Amino acid sequence: MSTHDITVTINGAATSASVESRRSLADFLRHDVGLVGTHIGCEQGACGACTVLIGGRSVRSCIMFAVQADGAEIQTVESLAPGAEMHPLQEAFRRHQGLQCGFCTPGMLLRSLELINDNPNLTAEEAREGISSNMCRCTGYQYIVDAVLDAAAEMRAEEG
Amino acid sequence: MSGSSGPSVGAPPAARYVGQSVARLEDPRLLTGRGRYVANLVPPGTGHVAFARSTRARARITRLDIKAAAALDGVWAVWTAADLNPDVGSLRGSLVLPGGGGPPDHLLADGDVRFVGDPVAVVVAVSPAVVADALELVEIDYEDQTPVLDFETAAENNNLVHPELGSNVSNSAEAWPTTVDEAMAGADTSVRAVITQNRQANAPMETRGLLAEWRAFDETLDVWISTQSPHETALAAARTLGLAVHQVRVHMGDVGGGFGQKVFLGREEFAVMVCARRLGRPMRWIEGRSENLTSSNHARRDRADVSLGATADGRFVAATIDHLEDNGAYSNGGNPGNGRMACVHLPGPYRIGSVGWRTATVYTNTCGRGAYRGPWQIESVARELIVDMLARRLEIDPLELRRRNVLRAEDLPHNTATGLTYDRISPAECLDQVAEMIDYDGFRATQREVRATVGASLAPGERAPGAGSLPGIGVAVYVEPSAIGFGALATEGATVRVEPDGSVNVYAGTGSHGQSLETTIAQIVADALGVHPGNVRFHQGHGTPYGFGTGGSRSAVIAGGAARAASAGVRAKLLRIAAELMEASPDDLDLGGGAVAVRGTPARRMTVAEVAQAAYMRPDALPDDISGGLEHTARFKAPPVTYSNAAHACTCEVDIATGEVRLLRYAVSEDCGAMINPMVVKGQIAGGVAQGIGGALLEEVSYDADGNPLTTTFADYLVPSAAEVPSFEFGHIVTLSDSPGGHKGTGEGGAIGSVPCVFNAVADALAPLGVRLTDGPLSPHRIRTAILEAAG
Ligand code: FES
Ligand code: FES
Repeated sequence: MSTHDITVTINGAATSASVESRRSLADFLRHDVGLVGTHIGCEQGACGACTVLIGGRSVRSCIMFAVQADGAEIQTVESLAPGAEMHPLQEAFRRHQGLQCGFCTPGMLLRSLELINDNPNLTAEEAREGISSNMCRCTGYQYIVDAVLDAAAEMRAEEG
Repeated sequence: MSGSSGPSVGAPPAARYVGQSVARLEDPRLLTGRGRYVANLVPPGTGHVAFARSTRARARITRLDIKAAAALDGVWAVWTAADLNPDVGSLRGSLVLPGGGGPPDHLLADGDVRFVGDPVAVVVAVSPAVVADALELVEIDYEDQTPVLDFETAAENNNLVHPELGSNVSNSAEAWPTTVDEAMAGADTSVRAVITQNRQANAPMETRGLLAEWRAFDETLDVWISTQSPHETALAAARTLGLAVHQVRVHMGDVGGGFGQKVFLGREEFAVMVCARRLGRPMRWIEGRSENLTSSNHARRDRADVSLGATADGRFVAATIDHLEDNGAYSNGGNPGNGRMACVHLPGPYRIGSVGWRTATVYTNTCGRGAYRGPWQIESVARELIVDMLARRLEIDPLELRRRNVLRAEDLPHNTATGLTYDRISPAECLDQVAEMIDYDGFRATQREVRATVGASLAPGERAPGAGSLPGIGVAVYVEPSAIGFGALATEGATVRVEPDGSVNVYAGTGSHGQSLETTIAQIVADALGVHPGNVRFHQGHGTPYGFGTGGSRSAVIAGGAARAASAGVRAKLLRIAAELMEASPDDLDLGGGAVAVRGTPARRMTVAEVAQAAYMRPDALPDDISGGLEHTARFKAPPVTYSNAAHACTCEVDIATGEVRLLRYAVSEDCGAMINPMVVKGQIAGGVAQGIGGALLEEVSYDADGNPLTTTFADYLVPSAAEVPSFEFGHIVTLSDSPGGHKGTGEGGAIGSVPCVFNAVADALAPLGVRLTDGPLSPHRIRTAILEAAG
């Protein structure tokens, strides 16, 4: 089995590793790096639970090989609250109950962050359409949409 | 009613947190990627388990060759039925009584296979990659046999899914008095429809999975598992492996949904435990998504031949249901089906003088049936659809027809014709509230205008209608039997312990998998002990009092009752100790804000932590009859059933050219009694409604003509995304239940009411075209076909 040496930046920290060609980015993050916040819901590229950001764009880490990420700047859910405080997006999810079982949540948060970064003034329809890339079986989505809008408003206020 | 909470001491606790939308205590870890899901656990030396599964719906195994797989570097074991089946006892769930029927009880397929996905061999290897490679090397040759796929003809089919059983009928029951036929014949009008429901999958976002470790010499099995019922897991594991229950420790962390799928153990989960015991190492199995969609359990494949008779002015006089359900090959937990439960609830929220029912459950060569959020919900689908059909026949508005028949306060308690007694419900009030919320009359007025313009060019029979959108509105009403408390389901237990520093632990027999029990149970305990919910930690799994777990909308009422009783016991003790220490009467003490104070003399106070410290560390200062400590265990025995109820209403637009349905608004008025946490209640209903919308419009597990599953990924099995689900509006009616706290269960109702509600809205939209809809899901293709058929 062939292995490859890769260097990636994960949540701001440069990381070098030797990975098997067939190692998915999701498994690399979870089992080699120990960042288990990236969840695996399907390994078919369909559910979005494994979403991470690479260069700020959402990527399904279950259908990307770790070797393909060589040189990339990767952001996982663990990056959102590096200290004791949660990110405004996480706080908004909590206020609105944008989660129940929590399994889709890391992917949903990162996708939402990408949406807000792309358009801090997004509308409810845009938020709803935007998160339709990610499946949630628990919440019925409405409170996720509410959380995204609320977080966007708060982040705008912080910026301003 | 409750267990041994002892005599009440002091004033009853104030409801400070119960009733509030307290932010969830489980959220910080779940939001930051620190959830404790079973797939995170890979201890050193772990064996990775996978299953070689049947690729045939029904076949004899003519050759099973595991040599190449076993020889692969890194493979630790490859075992078949011959190796493992003799090792295990019954696989039945604890609710299935001995002799209670059910499919053959074997771990791995033995000699033949009975559905695509049937586990034939188990492979254990050093890594997930090696185990995947080894699976490819397991060689199985089959001699195909004709599968039984059509559940509607399975009962008469001499070709048997399980030849050992002598019939494809798993079980049947009926209560069809001759008077119902007379009443139906005497009705001014009757309508009849055969409604078939699409096969659905629970599809929790986290698949099934476990890590099992056998500790030799300690003779103990440790199991970390994604479950709704840690105690059922322990009981079933002990039975299957021939262990005592105290040799099995079941640990549960966070669970990524279940919706009924994770109550009972599946054959794979037992097999992993058997492997752990044989190999003496940790064994890990995380189910793949395709496995979950094809081999865990399916649900909702029902047919209901339903009739409703009424007077000319629309008073219901008789209803009948002839119900059939597809059990697949191996039902989850050996569960014998939901038919009886479905049929006796047919009358729902209406006065119906005479009811007849008949049900049968049949085996087919498909994935087994299991519980899915409101497993009996075909009663609501059948009833609410036939009510709308009757409304169209009588040319009475469906809301008005419901109002003429719905149970009102003065009808309660009400004995249904099927032998149920309803009380403390409010279907009429919910119906009125939801009609108001959705602006029913306003929508009808707009709809008339649209129909007049769009409809003019759409006369049925003239030509296949072409373009335009038609608006529709649907209503559905139901009574939900929550917190069913018969037999083994009747009780839950809880232990509440104030630790020596005043922090609180609560241990419950539940299996919260998204229901927020960590918060809601803490709210109950916090109120009783006068502390902040954040000072209460909630524990499930090993070491907790036995309980059936979380499912059947039971935890708020039954586990909540246990937590209430246990914390009442601790409260009484705490007040007595504090009274002794402060030389006051317990009746003169106020408990709140983390402290006990003498009423009227606020300076005389002790913190809960100080009382707790004394309780453990200063036994000589305690009342003579208190031997120290601050802990109480209690069980709560629930009433046989606690009824909650709701009315749903939604509006939609159906594109006539494409058959596409767009939901516009969705409103729910529900009565779950006193809410512990209104935010959590809304979340439970919203999630259920989204699942029902999926069931009505999108989700369908399908098989080809040979019994091969076609929906093996989330690209084929269409769980609704945010784009298909509208926003929700909620109204509440509060009628207290007779349980302490007045709570009722509300976990399943959203998924029950939404299927018929959406169906009725779509049927209403298409009513001017003469379209009749009886089969789900209402995909664009099915709707367009129905439009064309109606056009002739
Ligand atoms: S796990 Fe990657 S998309 Fe589902
Ligand atoms: S919170 Fe459970 S899947 Fe989204």
